[in-house]
Amino acid sequence: MGKRVGIEVSLAISEAVKLANVDAVAAYPITPQTHIVEHLSELVAEGELDAAFIPVESEHSAMSVCAGTSAAGARTYTATSSQGLALMNEILFIIPALRLPVVMTIVNRSLSGPISIWNDHSDIMSVRDTGWIAIFAENGQESFDLTLMSFKIAEDHRVLLPISVNLDGFTLSHVIEPHEFLDQEEVDKFLPDYEPLVQLNPDKPVSLGTVGIPEIYTEAKKCIDETLIASEEVVKEVFAEFGEMFGRHYKVVESYRAEGAETLLMTMGSVSETAMEAIDKMRDQDNRSVGLVRLRLWRPFPVKDLRVEVAGAKTLAIIDRAVSPGGTGGPVAGEVRSALYSVEDAPYVASFIAGLGGRDITIDDFISVVDQAEKMAESNEIHQYKMIGVRE
Amino acid sequence: MTKKFNEKAWNEYDLGYMVSDAGCAAEYRTGDWRSQRPQTNKDKCIKCGVCYLVCPEGAIVLAADGTYDFDLEHCKGCGICEVECWTGCISMTEEGE
Repeated sequence: MGKRVGIEVSLAISEAVKLANVDAVAAYPITPQTHIVEHLSELVAEGELDAAFIPVESEHSAMSVCAGTSAAGARTYTATSSQGLALMNEILFIIPALRLPVVMTIVNRSLSGPISIWNDHSDIMSVRDTGWIAIFAENGQESFDLTLMSFKIAEDHRVLLPISVNLDGFTLSHVIEPHEFLDQEEVDKFLPDYEPLVQLNPDKPVSLGTVGIPEIYTEAKKCIDETLIASEEVVKEVFAEFGEMFGRHYKVVESYRAEGAETLLMTMGSVSETAMEAIDKMRDQDNRSVGLVRLRLWRPFPVKDLRVEVAGAKTLAIIDRAVSPGGTGGPVAGEVRSALYSVEDAPYVASFIAGLGGRDITIDDFISVVDQAEKMAESNEIHQYKMIGVRE
Repeated sequence: MTKKFNEKAWNEYDLGYMVSDAGCAAEYRTGDWRSQRPQTNKDKCIKCGVCYLVCPEGAIVLAADGTYDFDLEHCKGCGICEVECWTGCISMTEEGE
């Protein structure tokens, strides 16, 4: 087992990328992702990481270069946030269509406007349907571990899809946490070399990214969706293998003191840790029947596991950190309602939006959410969503 | 028998829908994109083969008598042959006329 190091989460992610021995990094700096790629450029400049670091003039170019290097057979990494992710949008759809296993860290930040550099999940929600696998980390150690696992998941020949590891900007990316690092030897045993199946190679010429006329386009889209859905099993396999080798265990849907709970909170990302504190307080001081479900895998959406984790609860209070304007609720709540719609005795789903643009979600906020959700469930209130802490 | 490109199931295509065979566009019927159709006055044809060389689609085929015919399944009607023909024996006419 590796050593325990106190280090900024961003730098720990860079070290994980180095341990994954990537061949190419193409990135453009943007707050709050900057420290990750800055440190990677240092590692390359100092000769500690033998990779091509390709500075570009925009995120659109960064993702375009990633398509190129990955298609050339290189293990490829990039990172971005918010507006940068938005600028990549056009290319994001093309990467899974070409079956290129690019790994990207998304340091989640709200989208303009108004201009905000602070954290919420509006960036990842805006690229929900691009065909990428999307995983959420709750703390530094998870960010480190999931970065390493992402390469193995994406490059599995049953998958060959790009993957994003999401972590909250500033509240996670810029804090110093203890991380248990892994040795290069251990990582090499866990993560074999990338063996591309789709590759531009002069010895075997192919055309990539050709036109998909109406006779083909539907089949091409079906292929991406089926492959993405099937990748859930590979995600679970890689989680299991990682747990066996390194003793840290991950699930696609995590829970905390949820067994037998009448009311469940549901979160994604770093607020889950605050939510756990709130659950402890409500359980231990107030003797309330509450628990927490944390969604780790956002795409593919783990429908079956979610149904198992929430079975038996009366009320499910979901905290979204993004708005789906004009929609049916928070983006996560909308998906969960849909996943539970035909399920017998499914819990009442209450949708809450909180923590937008870097606003804190406190322990008291979580307790208030549980109070409100239980009341709403009692009267079976029909609602779109409730916004926590908004001045009215 | 191998399936044609428009008969395959979603999981029967090459990974990432990459194309590994050259000239596979021959399988696609692109002739119905055409709004103008090339015609030849074969009396004026000197069998030089310029039209055959410049056609970007390979839609001009050698006839038995040494002149050239058009593969209208694939000709998109771009008109390059009309412009490049030395003797002016090729002319484009509106489809449907």
